[in-house]
Amino acid sequence: MNELVHPYHRFIRPTVTHTTFCPGCGDGTVAQSILRAIDGLGMDMDDFVFVSGIGCAAWIPSPLFNADVLHTTHGRPIAFAFGIKMGLPDKKVMVVSGDGDLVAIGGNHLIQNARRNIEMVVLCVNNGIYGMTGGQAAPTTPMGVKTTTTPYGAFENFFEDISGLVIAAGASFVARWTTAHPRQLTASIKKAIQKKGFAFIEVISQCPVQFGRKMGMGNAIQMLEDYKKRSISIKEAKKLSPEELKDRMVVGEFVDLDKPEMVEEVTRMIRRASGEAQEAVDTGRG
Amino acid sequence: MGRTEILIGGVGGQGVVLSGILLGTAASLYDGKQAVQTQSYSSELRGGSARAAVIISEERVTDPEVRRPDILILMAEDAVGRYLHKIKPRGLLAIDADLVKGVSEGDYEILSIPATSIADKEMNNIIVANLIILGALIKKTKLLSVESMEKAIETSVPKKAITLNLNAFRRGLEIIS
Amino acid sequence: MGEKRVRTGRYFMMGNVACAEGALAAGCEFAAGYPITPATEIANHLAEKLPQVGGAFFQMEDEISSIAAVIGASWAGKKAMTVTSGPGISLMLENIGFAIGVETPCVIVNVQRGAPTTGMPTIGIQGDMVQAKHGSHGDYEIIALCPSSPQEMFDHTVIAFNYAEKYRTPVFLLSDAFVGHMREEVVIPEAEKIETVCRNIPEPGTDPLKMKGFLDEDVAPMPIFGKGFKAHVTSSCHDEYGKRNLIDISALDKFVRRLSNKILKHKEEITLVERDYEDAEIVLVSYGGVSRAAAAAASQARKRGIPVGTLRLITVWPFPGEEIEKMARRAKQVIVLENNLGQVYPYIKAEAAHFAEVSFLPPRLVGEIQDPEDILRKIEEVSK
Repeated sequence: MNELVHPYHRFIRPTVTHTTFCPGCGDGTVAQSILRAIDGLGMDMDDFVFVSGIGCAAWIPSPLFNADVLHTTHGRPIAFAFGIKMGLPDKKVMVVSGDGDLVAIGGNHLIQNARRNIEMVVLCVNNGIYGMTGGQAAPTTPMGVKTTTTPYGAFENFFEDISGLVIAAGASFVARWTTAHPRQLTASIKKAIQKKGFAFIEVISQCPVQFGRKMGMGNAIQMLEDYKKRSISIKEAKKLSPEELKDRMVVGEFVDLDKPEMVEEVTRMIRRASGEAQEAVDTGRG
Repeated sequence: MGRTEILIGGVGGQGVVLSGILLGTAASLYDGKQAVQTQSYSSELRGGSARAAVIISEERVTDPEVRRPDILILMAEDAVGRYLHKIKPRGLLAIDADLVKGVSEGDYEILSIPATSIADKEMNNIIVANLIILGALIKKTKLLSVESMEKAIETSVPKKAITLNLNAFRRGLEIIS
Repeated sequence: MGEKRVRTGRYFMMGNVACAEGALAAGCEFAAGYPITPATEIANHLAEKLPQVGGAFFQMEDEISSIAAVIGASWAGKKAMTVTSGPGISLMLENIGFAIGVETPCVIVNVQRGAPTTGMPTIGIQGDMVQAKHGSHGDYEIIALCPSSPQEMFDHTVIAFNYAEKYRTPVFLLSDAFVGHMREEVVIPEAEKIETVCRNIPEPGTDPLKMKGFLDEDVAPMPIFGKGFKAHVTSSCHDEYGKRNLIDISALDKFVRRLSNKILKHKEEITLVERDYEDAEIVLVSYGGVSRAAAAAASQARKRGIPVGTLRLITVWPFPGEEIEKMARRAKQVIVLENNLGQVYPYIKAEAAHFAEVSFLPPRLVGEIQDPEDILRKIEEVSK
């Protein structure tokens, strides 16, 4: 008799016996959405190289996914991914990390690589807080929220719209969903994987242990219900005024456009330079 | 020992470093000698201070630092205070007489060349004043062969500037009778 | 067909350009960096020449991303390098530790400049010598080579790539503005006379579950990406298979020791020195550009009848203590010369002081290598 196994078990590294996520964490939903997208496209794990930084979300591919995985330093996964993509232009490179990693310490790598429009998928799991280090304020933590480093309430303006930042920087695909939208998220990941360009997906994800508790949002289920209630599609949102959109989460695919992609441009440049080399005048000087 | 130390002081944009490269290239690649060229410059690419140093030797150059130049070329007033005290006793001091005024007599021979005005009037380009000085210097000292210097010019300056630089160098040769 | 990698010939070439030519000859395919004086000529030259042989130089947003991209490219199977100066190294240090931790071959060129802080960019000093060894956090070993001429900027860059590939580790080329901007005769040999080394990778089709890709003191084959090895590469404490272990102290002990031993076990073959101290009572110990002033002073001293020799360290890290001891056992006086206030001196003194008197001679002005006449004066002083 055949043993009953999960259809995505084949994507999981055989040596992994458990995840490192707390009960109720949104990372499991994100992990499954990625695997569903890969399966849905009929692709293999060997088509991918996964790159992650430091933080809870970085542990989604590392070591969970049975693929080439580079688990890097805090804030820098996109910069490592740049080198991997340039070295292996035929592979799909996917960065999975959190808001603290990608937007705080690694913010400039996010901006600069969106500008370059280098082909890669960047999945930013935005839980609005530093989970792994014990609930410190992130650039995404709303004003007034008490965290371990803002015991009197967060007093900084915060990033309400990371996706907007990435759009402004020039990415060719940008979408935002919450963990209450796994099907839509999966569909966007599929598009992102196929996109010739920098594809950024922000996933608003519950951290019941660090964020939900501090915000008084309750457990994971209550947080997901809140996401469902507060989220609004970009199409619907366009009909509402800024006041009416206060406290709402606008979700959907914001940008999907075609523009010059860096790997292709580099390939073209190399072809040009190596072709011209025969005519180049070599003066023999330094 | 056959070791000649040359120090060139001027401002960025005068071709100070190029002068050093030309001497070094001529010596090393075309004159069968050994040469080391070093340099330093300030952060402004034009108008800041620039310094090039060259050592030409019959044998391998060990110490690569110019300590007491046998030949000191000054192309800016600014460089006088910075480098004149370094010149070796009975050394040769070459100056662009249009730009360097405040040089007093000392234990050195002065080769004074109005290089900038010659370059301006005859070459229509003050940028080659350095080549006029090099021409005069080579003729006077016979440090390197004229042929080697000309080969160095041909292989070191941009193609479209070769003739201008060669002409300036040859004009410099004529100054010394 | 692109221009060939090796520009065989005789040149009057700048050290920095020779370094870039050495990288090309060694098989460099990927370079990333951020503009900084006095290393820019290397980047500029690579940007021009690498695309002609199918590679590329990338100007990143900072030095942190430069070394990160280099490590990424190396895991993608490319021979990779970055070029910078002290301020850039300061930014790279965390990721240099990463490269050591996950055993990534790469070459890091530091054209040292006047420091601390932004210092004096076009003046060469040997100011970052210990930073290369101890700058990143934790215990580790690194390989660092110190060229003293444009020719060696070429030769040592080739060696740096070969060491990096052979020992799966970052290798420093510790040059400085003086040597980097120096022009001198450089002879580039024919391609077939240049030895190049490529990393070992596992047999294709190796079962990922049975693949020991890390922590082998004899250098594990590198499970590079894109070959189906399903490599899990984490800089967190891990075992031979790459499996993360964040709780077991004995795993940490293995992690620290094996990475270090991988270098130390091969120290003898990594160590390059120039010995010229036969029958010398006084030995000048130096490295980089300073060693040329030392050689000049020693030769002058011998002409005056004083038995002076030299020991030049080409490999400064791993520290060649055995070479220092061997020298000190035969010498009476050891004079250490560096273009700084004494960075490697304590390491040399620790090995030599049992056997000889050891002293340090700093340059008269930091930034200008020792005047041979000052060295001679020091020699006469200690020989009394």
